[in-house]
Amino acid sequence: MRAFLTGLLRLRRGPWEMVASVLIGLGVFMLMQPFALVAFSYSFIVMLAGTVMFIIVSHFPE
Amino acid sequence: MPETVIERAAAATPAQIARPLRSLSDRALAWIFIAPTIFLLLAVNIFPLIWTIRLSFTNFRANRPNAEVQFVGLENYRRILTDPDVWATMQVTAHFLIATLVLQVVIGFALAWLINQKFRGNDLWTTIIVLPMMLSPAVVGNFWTFLYQPQIGLFNAAVSFFTGGDPAGFSMIGEVALAPWAIVIVDTWMWTPFVMLICLAGLRSIPQSIYEAAECDRASKWRQFVTITLPMVLPFLMLAVLFRGIENFKMFDLVVQLTGGGPGSTTELTSITLKREAFEKWRTGYASAYAIILFVAVFGISSIYVKALNKVKAR
Repeated sequence: MRAFLTGLLRLRRGPWEMVASVLIGLGVFMLMQPFALVAFSYSFIVMLAGTVMFIIVSHFPE
Repeated sequence: MPETVIERAAAATPAQIARPLRSLSDRALAWIFIAPTIFLLLAVNIFPLIWTIRLSFTNFRANRPNAEVQFVGLENYRRILTDPDVWATMQVTAHFLIATLVLQVVIGFALAWLINQKFRGNDLWTTIIVLPMMLSPAVVGNFWTFLYQPQIGLFNAAVSFFTGGDPAGFSMIGEVALAPWAIVIVDTWMWTPFVMLICLAGLRSIPQSIYEAAECDRASKWRQFVTITLPMVLPFLMLAVLFRGIENFKMFDLVVQLTGGGPGSTTELTSITLKREAFEKWRTGYASAYAIILFVAVFGISSIYVKALNKVKAR
């Protein structure tokens, strides 16, 4: 956990890619889940944030 | 005197062309060679994407090209993302995706494992299994419509043979509870061979010496499967899941031929809704916003997947 937070603070690729992946996964789940319409409504913004973040952080150093 | 073909070609090039070419750096030459490809990529992929993004913020209708196009901001996105019908369509797509991926991976891997065993007629069976994949989805959709006919369909006859029920007692494409499974069965029938081929490539890439070493260590068949076969086939399986996942997210032709999205909207996948909005209701701006939402979902999943695939390959 400590290494993960340090990686985030030092702008390292691994932890940031993990955050972006979680956002994309969460967004896709929100898009297709059958439980709450409000989650569906916010799914696109979550997916978009995750995808844009993924593109940016994949250029961070290892 | 020039000896080789290249030297002869260089000597034959007129001086007014040869002089500027000779002064070009390697980098500039490389750019000249890849420029046509980049131009094609921009024209075929990037430009339509940017144009679609632009249209998604307007009320443009393709059937009224002369009408004034108004900028509506995020209105199209707001309408899509608060529409319970679109939400229901996404759930139908999720059901279709999960069911087809699970079935195709399990059956595809099992078939690949069987085909990988040495037996007589191995190649013939491979060819027979791969046949459905070579057919056009429109043809497959049409003939499965006949197979699913309650009165004359072979599928209903087969089910009633095993269950003892009335073949005309159920309709796979006419009943709300069965129709989603009808499209899952057909997609699985058609595309399991694709997963099988990829898994087969993975299985055949495992060196026999690893199994021999495991035999020497008295590892059981199950242990060999779990610790050798499965980890080494995993990158191939993930690739198959990526390809099938993206393809099924966009699935259109097969389902349109089979059920047309019905009965009601029980088999209406996102691509069918998108097509109806774009080319039946002619709400091009709205459909563009819909397409962008689907694009972001597929692009996001693919990014994660490629990253996971690279990790597995590096292991």
